[in-house]
Amino acid sequence: MSWLTQTLTSSIGKKLVMALTGLFLCSFLLVHMSGNLQLFKNDNGLAFNIYAVFMTTNPLVKTISYGLYALILLHAFEGLYLAAQNRKARGNQRYVVYNGKANSSWFSRNMAILGTVLLVFIVVHMSNFWFEYKFGYVPYTQYEQSLATGEVTSTPFEGEIKGKMEEFVREESQTRVVIVKDLYRSVMEGFKNPLLVLFYVIAMFAVSFHLVHGFQSAFQTLGINHPKYNPLLNFLGAGVFGIIIPIGFALMPLYFFFKSM
Amino acid sequence: MSAENMNLTLKVWRQKNKKTEGKIETYQVAGISPDMSFLEMFDVLNEQLIGEGKEPIAFDHDCREGICGMCSMYINGRPHGPKGGITTCQLHMRSFNDGDTIVVEPWRAQAFPVIKDLVVDRTAFDRIQAAGGFISVNTGNAQDANSIPISKEDADEAFAAAACIGCGACVAACKNASAMLFVSAKVSQFALLPQGQPERKMRVERMVAQMDEEGFGSCTNTGACSAECPKEISLEHIARLNREYLGAKLTSQGV
Amino acid sequence: MATSPKLNAKIPDGSLEDKWTKYRSTVALVNPANKRKLEIIVVGTGLAGASAAATLAELGYSVKAFCFQDSARRAHSIAAQGGINAAKNYQNDGDSTYRLFYDTIKGGDYRAREGNVYRLAQVSASIIDQCVAQGVPFAREYGGLLSNRSFGGTQVQRTFYAAGQTGQQLLLGAYSGLQRQVGLGTVKMYSRHEMLDVVVIDGKCRGIIARNLVTGEVERHFGHAVLLCTGGYGNVFYLSTNAMGSNVTAAWKAHKKGAFFGNPCFTQIHPTCIPVSGDHQSKLTLMSESLRNDGRIWVPKKKDDNRPANQISEDERDYYLERRYPAFGNLVPRDIASRAAKERCDAGYGVGTSKMAVYLDYSAAIQRYGKGEVNKLNIHDASAEKITELGKAVVKEKYGNLFDMYKQITGEDPYEVPMRIYPAVHYTMGGLWVDYNLMTTVPGLYALGEANFSDHGANRLGASALMQGLADGYFVIPYTIGAYLANEIRTNSIPTDHPAFVEAEKQVKDRISKLVSIKGKTSPEAFHKRLGKIMWDKCGMARNEAGLKEAISEIQALKKEFWSDVRVMGDIDEFNPELDKAGRVADFIELGELMCRDALNRNESCGGHFREEYQTEEGEALRDDENYMYVAAWEHQGESQWELHKEDLVYENIKIAQRSYK
Repeated sequence: MSWLTQTLTSSIGKKLVMALTGLFLCSFLLVHMSGNLQLFKNDNGLAFNIYAVFMTTNPLVKTISYGLYALILLHAFEGLYLAAQNRKARGNQRYVVYNGKANSSWFSRNMAILGTVLLVFIVVHMSNFWFEYKFGYVPYTQYEQSLATGEVTSTPFEGEIKGKMEEFVREESQTRVVIVKDLYRSVMEGFKNPLLVLFYVIAMFAVSFHLVHGFQSAFQTLGINHPKYNPLLNFLGAGVFGIIIPIGFALMPLYFFFKSM
Repeated sequence: MSAENMNLTLKVWRQKNKKTEGKIETYQVAGISPDMSFLEMFDVLNEQLIGEGKEPIAFDHDCREGICGMCSMYINGRPHGPKGGITTCQLHMRSFNDGDTIVVEPWRAQAFPVIKDLVVDRTAFDRIQAAGGFISVNTGNAQDANSIPISKEDADEAFAAAACIGCGACVAACKNASAMLFVSAKVSQFALLPQGQPERKMRVERMVAQMDEEGFGSCTNTGACSAECPKEISLEHIARLNREYLGAKLTSQGV
Repeated sequence: MATSPKLNAKIPDGSLEDKWTKYRSTVALVNPANKRKLEIIVVGTGLAGASAAATLAELGYSVKAFCFQDSARRAHSIAAQGGINAAKNYQNDGDSTYRLFYDTIKGGDYRAREGNVYRLAQVSASIIDQCVAQGVPFAREYGGLLSNRSFGGTQVQRTFYAAGQTGQQLLLGAYSGLQRQVGLGTVKMYSRHEMLDVVVIDGKCRGIIARNLVTGEVERHFGHAVLLCTGGYGNVFYLSTNAMGSNVTAAWKAHKKGAFFGNPCFTQIHPTCIPVSGDHQSKLTLMSESLRNDGRIWVPKKKDDNRPANQISEDERDYYLERRYPAFGNLVPRDIASRAAKERCDAGYGVGTSKMAVYLDYSAAIQRYGKGEVNKLNIHDASAEKITELGKAVVKEKYGNLFDMYKQITGEDPYEVPMRIYPAVHYTMGGLWVDYNLMTTVPGLYALGEANFSDHGANRLGASALMQGLADGYFVIPYTIGAYLANEIRTNSIPTDHPAFVEAEKQVKDRISKLVSIKGKTSPEAFHKRLGKIMWDKCGMARNEAGLKEAISEIQALKKEFWSDVRVMGDIDEFNPELDKAGRVADFIELGELMCRDALNRNESCGGHFREEYQTEEGEALRDDENYMYVAAWEHQGESQWELHKEDLVYENIKIAQRSYK
């Protein structure tokens, strides 16, 4: 075994893989969140749809996104493998009475369950939007934006265009015309379903619990645990990744659900 | 001074040996003084069992003052019972109430097979120590003790790690049966001291390799180990172990 | 008086200072190639055993180490609290090898060998060097250098320590050295093994019989030499500060195979232990001697005073140590403090529910420290509460862990109410008789550490046990064993099917079968308790002729009863702590008788041995140097049969004086 394989397959090495992939996924959440905030923009989805095109066509972003998918799978399967191995380390006979709550938090002990919920969520989420966007049918919308006032109007577009988006300026009316695949409308339609909304909200609880422990745990695995910096890590882990980000994501389905009512 | 004596129901794991299956047996004990230690309560139960012609319960114990690390009971779902910072032998019956039911099990880990009843085999810890938990200095090689000044801060921190009694409560508490707290305490002690520097990388690489070979789980940073450690060894030592290990792997000469 | 011809202490000639250095340079050596062929068995892995096993393996010998615990790291040396002495003179306070030597001889009430003790003082400094090199985290000053504290019986600061866990840290250091050799394959470790006999072939010790405590299998092990590092026998009293498993079995088996037992009656009773709380009590816990620096010891002036301590006013209290020993007060040596506590309790002034305790009171210290803090912090008109609060903080800083331990065990808060303390058996100065090489009267059989009788005379000073254990293991035996093994290089390993092994194993097995087959009504534990009570009442802190004679016959009766009524549950061929215990209790019973005989023989009071007939008018120990300045070495000659051999103690360098602390 080379030293690298040996390192990465040792118990600490496996945790290193979990920590690094986990932190990468955290950084993705930040990007994903900041992009998706455009859903709340009052432009019928123009900015969001342009963003969606950018994210699925820019070669660099595309490369990173395939890397991301791979890392999600790596994080998930390494995590499940570790969970199975750790379960085995207890031995065949388990405790008759186990009082884990006396010494540790529920979510720290159930990262694998939370992670599995998240994996299911990611599959559902991607098949709902990513898959539909890439391979399924997503309608086109034509946006007309006044260059003078910035006001946007949109109408469904029935014709054919090349690619995901066409953009031009009508000199005569001084408007910018964007014809684009309308993922925003899919989102809007999708979140009319209360069950889906509920599922998303539950999944965001899972995100919260997973990250409250996971974020700080990743740093511990990397060897970063110091009384001077722990407050900052706790704030980022619990505050940003445990509260702000999950709430931000949860607001999206809720926003469209209540908007549709 | 002491409250009324207690009557208790004990549910204790009985297992003849490594190969046979075990099960929980229920016993009643009466007249337990709150001043008794938990192990003395077991002495009473054992005398009672002998009187009834039954085999007494085997359990590990020796110094009965919280330092040898021999006692190892998993009481009501927690290693060393309901109180923090103590071993089973330091637990007193005043921590329980009359009429309580107490469930007592052995440490459970694949790397700690049950020998009998509540007694487990912890020689895995010895093998980890033999893999690298030492400073290679033959007797007679040493220079004058005061020729190496060590900052009080480092000496105190090294002592805090070295206070580990090797009882295995960390493994018992951890949902993954991980031995990271134990290993980190030894690695940390030597990593903090100048005497430990020459073998620093080799030590951590070997001890972790041995730990993995013994079949302990990996650390998921739940903190249960430190919370249950009778010597309250901090999780910072595990962080240091991670640093030491990854640093050693990246920079040591071994390919 | 003349030394028995059977005892040759082999003290080298020459001046005190040169004995060891000269001897060390001239003792026979074994060449490295031959060392590999020589096998050494080390029984016990405490400070003496672990350090000896590791060092001998480093030298190239083939070592087998045995311990009854599940790991070598758990030997009872681990429980030592206070510290380890060494004549380093780091504090520049006038310490020297001679001073450490002198303090030890005097502290031992002039019943130890000059040559051995001087050697101990000489190697003490190297121990600290070795331990620091191993990574033992001793306490340090802010400048990064080692810290020292003072201990009883000395006027210099020579005690090195690691918080209240010095024994633990030293043992883990020795254990790490041992595990290193285990990893290298030079030491084969047998944990959960108990030595049950030594094998003697043609007058030389050639191995042991040990029982695997997990499988019950009885095993034969050959060794060119056997080292017993099996600790003391304080558990003969049932209640002591020893670990539950500490036992005399290995030493006793050796004794019955020809090793003489030295000064068995010399027992150290430590004055500050947490008192017995009831019949259920299984062991006693020591509270460090350091507590007597600041605490005041008292009992009520009125007999049978049942009021709580804080309702007894100052003038109703008897600070009896300060009253009797104004010069040393609460800091008199251990034996004296212990006897004084017993005297008060016996006279009916004891406190607590059992009436067998005295108060160790910190209220005065709290007030004193509190006022000091108030001055330091420049607080004027401080309230009484503030003073108390600050004082408690200082006491917590100094003694917090001990106070916590007391609270844990008793459920009482020592910051609020005085601690109740009582003396308890702590250490045994007696042990197997050894010569200067640490060899017993059986060639090839050695005894190290507390298991031998050698260095502490009739009373051991604080922080000297750790020093002796490590001195024997690290720095004495590695040299002195050459004197014997150099002549053994032509001895090939003796196959363990030799008739002597077969016979020894048979005896061990027969005894085990006997124990299990009695199927009586009384548990080994119950016998142990009864033995302990006889020993404590009649051969404890104070002894007298009538009591000792009674004790001897009571013990003989107990022995008979044991062998006809003991009930050992479980089987032979399995993990069976009851069987282990039964064997140990049987040996303790026999030892108890010998201790009483030794105490009866010694018609004087010295150190820990106090014969009520031999005391001054003020109730102090009265030594008889004329007739008893010897080591009593007992040869076992059959059931309840011993022959006494005397080794005269010769003091050429020290002027003998009466100890006085008034």
